[in-house]
Amino acid sequence: MNQTTDARKLRYTIVGIVLLAVMLFPVYWMVNVSLQGGGTAANSSFFPTNVTFEGYQRAWEDQTGNLVTSMIVALGAVLVSLVIATPAAYALSRFRLRGMGIFLFVLLLAQMIPGIVIANSLYTLFNDLGLLNTYVGLILANATHGIPFAILIMSAFMRSIPPALTEAARVDGAGHFRAFWSIIVPVSKNSLITAGLFSFLFAWSDFMFGLTLTTGADIKPITLGIYDYLQGNVQSWGPVMASAVISSVPAIVLLVLAQRYIAAGALGGAVK
Amino acid sequence: MTTTLAGPAPVVAPGRGADRRRSRARMRERTAQWLFLVPAIAYVLVFFGYPIVKNLVMGSQDYTVRTFVSGEAPWVGLDNYVEVVTSGLFRTTVLNTALFTIGSIVGQFVIGLLFALFFKRRFPLGNVLRSLLLLPWLLPMIAGTAVWKWILDQDGGVLNEALGTIGIAPVHWLTSPDVALVAVVLVNVWVGIPFNMTLLYSGLQNIPDELYEAGALDGATGAKAFWHITWPNLRPVVSVVLVLGVIYTLKVLDIILGLTGGGPANATQTLATDSYRRSFQEFSFGTGAAVSNILIVVSLLFAVVYLRVNKRAVDE
Repeated sequence: MNQTTDARKLRYTIVGIVLLAVMLFPVYWMVNVSLQGGGTAANSSFFPTNVTFEGYQRAWEDQTGNLVTSMIVALGAVLVSLVIATPAAYALSRFRLRGMGIFLFVLLLAQMIPGIVIANSLYTLFNDLGLLNTYVGLILANATHGIPFAILIMSAFMRSIPPALTEAARVDGAGHFRAFWSIIVPVSKNSLITAGLFSFLFAWSDFMFGLTLTTGADIKPITLGIYDYLQGNVQSWGPVMASAVISSVPAIVLLVLAQRYIAAGALGGAVK
Repeated sequence: MTTTLAGPAPVVAPGRGADRRRSRARMRERTAQWLFLVPAIAYVLVFFGYPIVKNLVMGSQDYTVRTFVSGEAPWVGLDNYVEVVTSGLFRTTVLNTALFTIGSIVGQFVIGLLFALFFKRRFPLGNVLRSLLLLPWLLPMIAGTAVWKWILDQDGGVLNEALGTIGIAPVHWLTSPDVALVAVVLVNVWVGIPFNMTLLYSGLQNIPDELYEAGALDGATGAKAFWHITWPNLRPVVSVVLVLGVIYTLKVLDIILGLTGGGPANATQTLATDSYRRSFQEFSFGTGAAVSNILIVVSLLFAVVYLRVNKRAVDE
């Protein structure tokens, strides 16, 4: 009896591995081709038999500046998102102010506005303000990916913190800000991490704002660096795939190291 | 976008000092509470409210490159909309948007649901495998798009090579107007499966085991159990997943621009890519805004559906 269930479970595991292999084949292919160098071979072989790092060398030469840009923009977007979203999440979870219901509703709708709409208008606004081709402009625009999500996910968590926790501090004479900073923020650490991680991933993967709000080569995110390769005929796929692999590193690292935060965010984003 | 910034209506001042002090204290309290929300409200007004209003206005202006120099954008009423709707391209983009959305949603949902059902069975490594499946969704979309562009390449792509070994002639995945849309749908399905699977999986987890145990006593197992127990209980989650899927698919830009640039011969041009093309490649911001306003209306329709469905899902 036990043996047959064990056998069945093993079969499931094998099927699961096959499914994963099929789904992740493109990721394998990305890594595989990235190790086959910068030649102009007509096709790629199935395994990287002659491993070479030429592709990475070229990618590194082309993309270092863009990677730095992406890093600055993504970290900046995390900072802006958390600074704006955390107090708002606290207020939404604790206070009862008129108009808060409307604000929550607006946040839900905001997540659904197509990015091209925002990009269209921000281009003209940033043009007037001199924010095109600047880090500040990209950071502020990229925070649109993270802020509604961060507010919603953090306020959902903060609602579960017992009110007694802050009330005690308030009785001791602490103002709202003290109670928020020294009690709510430390207790909500996990949801801040989730919100921060996703704000980072959203901004790091951003394509829309990099495409529309930068025009030169000086400030260009890595996603646009890859897009540049894809326009026109690609002569050699090694460097393209190497750049794609490098741009995927944060997602892979976070998936491995921050599994539980990712899972929390993936669910929280949609079903509140 | 009317968000009440001002605090509540002032309390009618009573004659006595103590009352006044108390009401002033309450005012101060209210103000302190609002301060927590002010940055977020200001941000939302500037980065969501303003763009929508501006976009609506631009949709009725002759807003071009000249506008940036002269500052003049003459009012043209509905001319931009007329130009967009009567252009031969409009029917193509609407049809492509519909086909792209329906194709993507059906593919993502069906495969996502099958995956979710499979991973609901407990087996060794199940959870690890399931979480690794999130990868296509977490990667920068343009990175996934890049590798697919090489996989789908008509000459050296691995897909055509694999098909060649079983005797199928090379398919011009990205360069033939007949199949390019199928190719971009395929890639978008690949990106969307993890998201669908994750939400549906959590929905399945919330169906109590007792229901299945009771059903099994009545002879409901296998497909019967699915139709009589799983599906009715999963319905609220299904609606949320489908509506969110539509909203996300309508916005897709990177996959299409990266793979085909909207071509060949506009075969993969959607409302989103056409809006981008008009505004940022032809610098006709007026007609670009008109197209994206049409896109907003479509998205908002689905957003309203989502909010109603989600509310019901939460209430239940």
